[in-house]
Amino acid sequence: MRRVLIATALVSAGAIGYELLLMRTLSIVQWHHFAYMIISLALLGYGASGTFIALSRSWLAQRFEQAFSASALLFSVAMLVSFVFAQRVPFNALEVIWDWRQLVYLGFVYLIFFVPFFFAACCIGLALTFRRSAVAQIYFSDLLGAGLGAVLIIILLFVLLPQHALLLLMTLPLLASILVALRPVLRLRLVVMQLVWSAAIVLGFTQNWPDLRISEYISEYKGLSQALEVVDSRVLSEASSPLGLITVIDSPAVPIRHAPGLSFNTRHIPPPQLGVFTDADAMSVITRFDGDFDAVAYLGDVTAALPYALLEQPRVLVLGAGGGSDVLLALYHGASRVDAVELNPQMTALIEDEYAEFAGRLYDDPRVLVHTDEARGFVAKSDTRYDLVHLGLLDSFAASGAGVQALNESYIYTVEALTDYLEHTAPGGILAITRWLKLPPRDSLKLAAIATEALTRQGVDDPGRRLVLIRSWDTSTLLVKNGDFSDTEIDSIREFAQARSFDTAYFPGIHRTDTNRFNRLREPYFHDGIVALIGDDADDFIDRYKFRIEPATDDRPYFFHFFKWATLPEVLALRKAGGAGLIEWGYLILAATLLQALVAGLLLIVLPLLRAARDWPAGTASRAGSYFLLLGLAFLFVEIAFIQKFILFLSHPLYSVAVVLSGFLIFAGAGSAWSARLARRYADGSHVPVAIAVGGIVVLALAYVFLLTTVFEFFIGAGDVTKIVLSVALIAPLAFCMGMPFPLGLRRLAATAPGFIPWAWGANGFASVVSAVLASLLAIQFGFTFVILLALVLYSIAALVFAAGDGHTQAGRS
Amino acid sequence: MKRLTVLLLCVSAAALADEADYDLARSAMVDELRQYARAAGDVELGEAVLTAMETVRRHALIPASERPFAYQNRPLPIGHGQTISQPYIVALMTELVEPDAGDSVLEVGTGSGYQAAVLAELVDHVYSIEIIEPLAERATADLASLGYRNVTTKLGDGYFGWEEHAPFDAIVVTAAASHVPPPLIEQLKPGGRMVIPVGGRFAVQQLLLLEKTEDGEIVNRQIAAVRFVPLTGGR
Repeated sequence: MRRVLIATALVSAGAIGYELLLMRTLSIVQWHHFAYMIISLALLGYGASGTFIALSRSWLAQRFEQAFSASALLFSVAMLVSFVFAQRVPFNALEVIWDWRQLVYLGFVYLIFFVPFFFAACCIGLALTFRRSAVAQIYFSDLLGAGLGAVLIIILLFVLLPQHALLLLMTLPLLASILVALRPVLRLRLVVMQLVWSAAIVLGFTQNWPDLRISEYISEYKGLSQALEVVDSRVLSEASSPLGLITVIDSPAVPIRHAPGLSFNTRHIPPPQLGVFTDADAMSVITRFDGDFDAVAYLGDVTAALPYALLEQPRVLVLGAGGGSDVLLALYHGASRVDAVELNPQMTALIEDEYAEFAGRLYDDPRVLVHTDEARGFVAKSDTRYDLVHLGLLDSFAASGAGVQALNESYIYTVEALTDYLEHTAPGGILAITRWLKLPPRDSLKLAAIATEALTRQGVDDPGRRLVLIRSWDTSTLLVKNGDFSDTEIDSIREFAQARSFDTAYFPGIHRTDTNRFNRLREPYFHDGIVALIGDDADDFIDRYKFRIEPATDDRPYFFHFFKWATLPEVLALRKAGGAGLIEWGYLILAATLLQALVAGLLLIVLPLLRAARDWPAGTASRAGSYFLLLGLAFLFVEIAFIQKFILFLSHPLYSVAVVLSGFLIFAGAGSAWSARLARRYADGSHVPVAIAVGGIVVLALAYVFLLTTVFEFFIGAGDVTKIVLSVALIAPLAFCMGMPFPLGLRRLAATAPGFIPWAWGANGFASVVSAVLASLLAIQFGFTFVILLALVLYSIAALVFAAGDGHTQAGRS
Repeated sequence: MKRLTVLLLCVSAAALADEADYDLARSAMVDELRQYARAAGDVELGEAVLTAMETVRRHALIPASERPFAYQNRPLPIGHGQTISQPYIVALMTELVEPDAGDSVLEVGTGSGYQAAVLAELVDHVYSIEIIEPLAERATADLASLGYRNVTTKLGDGYFGWEEHAPFDAIVVTAAASHVPPPLIEQLKPGGRMVIPVGGRFAVQQLLLLEKTEDGEIVNRQIAAVRFVPLTGGR
């Protein structure tokens, strides 16, 4: 039995590691949201495995070890084969709106990735079905393995390239396969295959197979691929970590000159730059600098330079330093001190070490202090007050334009974030945020709405006295001041904008005639928008606006989500008439993913289940089916929502995923193991243990909803270790309770309708897929707190459904 | 030999049939553009531009695999991560530069050569620069085989324009850029116009139209390709 438990943990670790690895690699070769879509659908393999086991139960019962061992081996093989095959499907995400063939290709990709997850889930489903006396321990192994797998892949991605991490992950199910096959006299064929596959993995490590290199498969429409098409351009260096694949390129024949928002009137040409791509997109640059500020005089002619026209030798905080452009901007304008915050240490190392000479030893300047930290976390911990807090432009225009970031939670642009930034400005200090300009306006107006809300929350009576927005043809810069703008400052702003042919969209006391002069739009949309947003009818304006521009908050941190269903028919009708750029894709893709998951779940799980329903005592299928569906939905709702809450506290996306995800899985596993002991205290199949577990979940989750913010505020300045320990301590009891209802349900089934166990496993797997997508959709619409509360309702219903089965259990037994 | 002659005859007959089909498809596409232009409002497509669109053989400038879609009003991939723009956008851009028969036009980003060909139907000479070598070679060959003798292409950096043929009556920049290169503004004649599409490869968001006044001042209009009012009606 112990070998089955270890093997289950190994397979589970391999499956979650593979899932996270795919998310990473598909984000590099395609785009993040498609990665999410593909993996969500592939996870339906979990649901389908239940159906498969249920339908072949009698045949499999005789061959548990062989079936487990073969499934684990096939999982290991499929991890590689699917990876290689999927990259060969000519799927182009950007062409989906124009070409129906792309949907067929996408279907192929689903099918290909469905296979490995199907085999992985078969192993666990087999163990739960045919070793049902130990369901609690098996579920414990499954969750423990998953928790450790999540940590393992994050560590692996720090030290290995993705292709090598894949090979290492493949050894986990292979080991599981060998382990389970040790005892019985097994078919020689299986052993030979295990040996052959072991040799193949070893070979994979020693030979650098080109088929495995993800750089070979990057979409030709991503920024990096396009830059490398330019004559004579080449990759100078690459660095990979779970935070992203960083690629530095040089283009000597056609130098990169990246200067968003540069004035038409400038006489200064940017010097050649190195392109720095993250995940093959989102280019930032390292500008060649030799200490001569005249050579970078173009920096005086970008919209982002506006705050420097108002401040003398400011102390500057640059949030998101990237390739150092905004640090150079600050130094060019005579900043007395620059604190540069960058999350990715590999990015910082480029300017500090590898390309330090090229960048003019920018970070060695005594005025510059570099901090490797997340922006919100740094601000929360810092006691310093700055004359200028500067948020630079780090995403690419293409990503911003296509709405591909809609699903990304961003805690940088929320009401609470802007409040934090403003609290760290000195009296008279300025918060400056530059964004790409979209037409019709989206980012700029949403930012203005967020700033207005932040100022209102600070008790400012007239937020309009503290806002300024200027724009060029492709960028806008918003200033939010800690104090009212003076007449002298407004004169300086007008002068700055006029000299560079930038339009003033808003400043205190502006007239409509002051706007829309140089970069003319049909109407002064930006001006009219801000005036409406600071006025009494702001809510009505937000309501009537065809894109979603209501302020993003920490509870609904979707700054990049501009989609409104009501606008969809109009923009779809305009698609061929040049309106394709109006469609916000991210959210639509999420909705499509949910729809696909529901249809696939219906075909793979629900229909076969209905056909087989007659084999069990009356009502079992509907009761047990809904119980496990509800659990699957609720578990992930809680997990996803709390991961988001902890991301903000731990202020590092990797720490929070590693700590929170693993914490949840491991402690839920412990809860599962303990559930058997709890169940033994009560009559067989009693509803009391489930009621205790669900009661615990409800009480703890409710307490967290109301108290977490206060606890987090108290400890936000603490060190990383303290915060991680505290997070684990907070997660542990909740996860412990959440680990119990599933095995308790299986325990009852084992006694009353053992044939239903694989269906329960399948239904739970299916619900998990739907839950992940649904949680995002609900959070976008209603916020994470709502998602948690909904989960508690689902848990409560599950407990009632379980209790309602009490009588039937007794009747079934009698 | 006889067999070969028959085969060649068959092949050329098939090719002729294809050409006739393409002609029909092209006419249908131009009819579609006319309808969209009426609905869009911001820019009115003139007959001269529509005639040029009806003349240029788009299918001859794209990879064989995309030819069945040559006259659909959509962008198409042409390899190397580049696309041929949606015909409607090409027509709008051409209209915006207000081409005249005597004009000299600079294009930055040759791509498939389609935009250059449409312009070549309307102006005296088109100078086109491409930064991706295989595309430059292919477009040069394709444009020559289509008989466009008033298009000159070169491989190189478009940032500094094409000094020896400057100034230009119009400049079309089809390559993505974070800013408008100052040298291009310098190479624009007073009274000249520059057009830049803004947005992703498969979804243009807006068109940027820069006009250089007679006294050298730059005025820029940001033109949405479609008429779209961002507010719903009041309640």
